[in-house]
Amino acid sequence: MKKNESYEELVKGIWRDNPVFVQVLGMCPMLAVTNSAINAIAMGMASMFVLVGSSFLVSTFRHVIPKQVRISCFIIIIATFVTIADYTLLALVPKVHKELGAFIPLIVANCLILGRQEAFASRYPTKLAVMDALGMAGGFLLALLSLGAVREILGDGALFGVRLFSENFEPWIVMILPPGGFLTLGVILLFFNWFKYKKDEFLADVAEAERSGN
Amino acid sequence: MSSDANRQPAAPSSLRLVMTLAIAGLVSGIAIIGIYESTLPTITANKARELREAVFKVLPGVSRMQALVYRDGRIVVVPEPEKDEPVVYGGYDEQGEFVGYAMPGAGPGFQDTIALLYGYLPRDKKVVGMEILESRETPGLGDKIYKDADFVAEFSALSVEPEIVAVKKGTATLDNHVDAITGATISAKAVVRIINETHVAWAEQLPAPGTEPPLAGDAADSGTGQ
Repeated sequence: MKKNESYEELVKGIWRDNPVFVQVLGMCPMLAVTNSAINAIAMGMASMFVLVGSSFLVSTFRHVIPKQVRISCFIIIIATFVTIADYTLLALVPKVHKELGAFIPLIVANCLILGRQEAFASRYPTKLAVMDALGMAGGFLLALLSLGAVREILGDGALFGVRLFSENFEPWIVMILPPGGFLTLGVILLFFNWFKYKKDEFLADVAEAERSGN
Repeated sequence: MSSDANRQPAAPSSLRLVMTLAIAGLVSGIAIIGIYESTLPTITANKARELREAVFKVLPGVSRMQALVYRDGRIVVVPEPEKDEPVVYGGYDEQGEFVGYAMPGAGPGFQDTIALLYGYLPRDKKVVGMEILESRETPGLGDKIYKDADFVAEFSALSVEPEIVAVKKGTATLDNHVDAITGATISAKAVVRIINETHVAWAEQLPAPGTEPPLAGDAADSGTGQ
């Protein structure tokens, strides 16, 4: 039972409650750094580190932190992890750090991360909080990657820097530029909502059929 | 915050609130100092290595370098330039003979500052190489100023006098012409403008060709560390 519960917390972030496609959170990094797949992955990994680390601490100290100052405490914890991620990336992969630029420090302001602390980590045991953080960060990474891959393939004719098409391919420059982020995100959100609509319709049909069968 | 106070039966004292935040801040501060101190050597080494590699790239045949600054009316060799002091790098070959300068320049690009380094031979008054150190130009368009090998190659034998001119792609005829990049004219022109401006700024300060400062003993190894 316990195992199922934590598994459930892990999976819900990736699909059912996907932070980007369903909750529509964290739009700023989503649109800003997804112009190539590799940037999307670096951003996703950095966010995952921050989210899992701060969820762990917030959940561990949830009985110690007074409710009145909880948001300030969450921000201090998140900001510390972001600074650690910032310096680590700068030391280990300076090229990637250069590409992401100001968006690493801006992870602090990602409402997805603060939102998970407030809505989940500060109310649940550490193990569940970490599972939830892993799931949400996984969902965020997945969303970043799908946007980044689509934009890089259409806008640059490449994926992870590897050319996919012949020289005749004319890149859709707009996909690399900021409007491309909005266009791609819009189409993906459209798909998710269509899917949800179809699923509800299907469930209603099944219920209908069962009722008439009886 | 009244709703929060209602949720919690006994409101904690102000002292406890202050102490919680103070302790959180203290721990966070120590963690940040720790990560800063432990990554600083790597970050500094990375930057120094990048600069060395860039200098050797823009000045073919160079294997040693030293930093030069303009002080009291002449160019002098310094082991460590002061912060924000304009600096050029002298490039020397295996025998310690002066080859040329690697000149850092920066200026506004399409989105943000472009910082670059170019190799300059004072005897021939020619640019022999260009490397973009920092830019946030549009991926797929403006970033061709360093990703497009043809464009970078334009700077391998370029006269800087009277000045470099960016012309429409395919129309470069004179040896001070650079083919601009289709779709990234602003970025390409920014690169040319930065080089021109840097050249003018240093033109009066650099010594006459043949009188460049010799390779200083203690700086001789600064470039051979690979």
